[in-house]
Amino acid sequence: MSLLVELLSGALLLAGSVLCITGGVGLLRLPDFFARVHAAGLTETLAAPLLLCGLMLQMDWSLDLLKVAMIMLFILATNPTASHSMAGAALHGGQRPLVTDPDDEPQEDKSSTA
Amino acid sequence: MIAVAVIRLRDLFAVVMLFGIYSFMTAALFMDLDAVDVAFTEAAVGAGVTTVLMLSVLRLTGRSERRPAHGPLLPLIVVAVTGAALVYGTLDAPLLGDPGAPANQHVAPRYIEQGPIEVGTPNMVTAVLASYRGYDTLGETVVIFTAGLAVLLLLGIRDDTDALPEQSPLLGQLVLRVVVKSLIPLILLYALYVQFHGDYGAGGGFQAGVIFATGFILYALVFGHADAKRVVPPRWLHRLAATGVLIYAGVGVAPLFSGQAFLDYSALATDPVQGQHLGVMLVELGVGITVFSIVLAIFYALAGRRRQM
Repeated sequence: MSLLVELLSGALLLAGSVLCITGGVGLLRLPDFFARVHAAGLTETLAAPLLLCGLMLQMDWSLDLLKVAMIMLFILATNPTASHSMAGAALHGGQRPLVTDPDDEPQEDKSSTA
Repeated sequence: MIAVAVIRLRDLFAVVMLFGIYSFMTAALFMDLDAVDVAFTEAAVGAGVTTVLMLSVLRLTGRSERRPAHGPLLPLIVVAVTGAALVYGTLDAPLLGDPGAPANQHVAPRYIEQGPIEVGTPNMVTAVLASYRGYDTLGETVVIFTAGLAVLLLLGIRDDTDALPEQSPLLGQLVLRVVVKSLIPLILLYALYVQFHGDYGAGGGFQAGVIFATGFILYALVFGHADAKRVVPPRWLHRLAATGVLIYAGVGVAPLFSGQAFLDYSALATDPVQGQHLGVMLVELGVGITVFSIVLAIFYALAGRRRQM
């Protein structure tokens, strides 16, 4: 039984780390502010609870376990809100999403670049 | 590496964000060195409040740094020579954390061994901070109070509670409003927990005061400064800051009336350990009140100002 818990914990930690790296790559490589907020927000919001669940499986039933669970709930509540507010603030400030690829043929001249 | 980036970048917004990341990494470094209280304070103050305050300052100073007027060669030489002299001076110092070092032989064994017995708090850091070195902590609290005084003297808090409530641009975001409304009571509750639990776990007055102020700063950011100033009027903050320092110094003066030394908490109750408990709790309360009111006062002073063009 404990071997199963260990394997599950390791799998969750691995999945969380992969998501973190994916989010980081997206943050660096995507062309537009809104795409980057989307990438970072989604991946981090899933990666953090996965990592925390993986850690929780390694802990005994104690007050610390409850504290880690509360941290997870806090991240689930605040990370999407922060991404939403960032996108809203950018829209308020005048940023507009990139709707066409800048490398397209010149006939697409209705592009609104960020 | 982050520090090099901070020096080279001209865009101050990015610099402020990098400072936040730098503080966060330092907090992680402190955690790695097993200094939990220090890491907590560094994370709360450096990665939390200072970022918000510096962003507020950016509205006053403008977003990019001017080109420096002089070349970097002479300052570089001066810094290199001074740095080399300092490094040469540290070559004789004992290794970090060496148990045989003179600094760790003098009073540290007494603090470590007698702390939980004499002061009665399991958290050794609180015992040293509030009781053994209480005089230094009184100095720190007065420094925070003086810093707040300086900001208030230089900037002042605008009295605009009579003005119509200005529309914060964040008010339109329903998601943000709902989430923040449910988070603020939790933040304040957590701050109270950190304040009173500082004897047993990581925590204490400084962290608690900062977190408590953060709750109100969050309210001011989302719902507008006018509403926030109606909730906590700036005059209260002036009085609260002074009250905090007064509580601390008062706890120090009280033992003088029974013939004991300044800040000797054992004289506060018939049982010396109970007296220490009471003294530590009151002193941390004073620190928390002062830190909260000064941080919020500085935020109010910077809030809502635009750059005078």
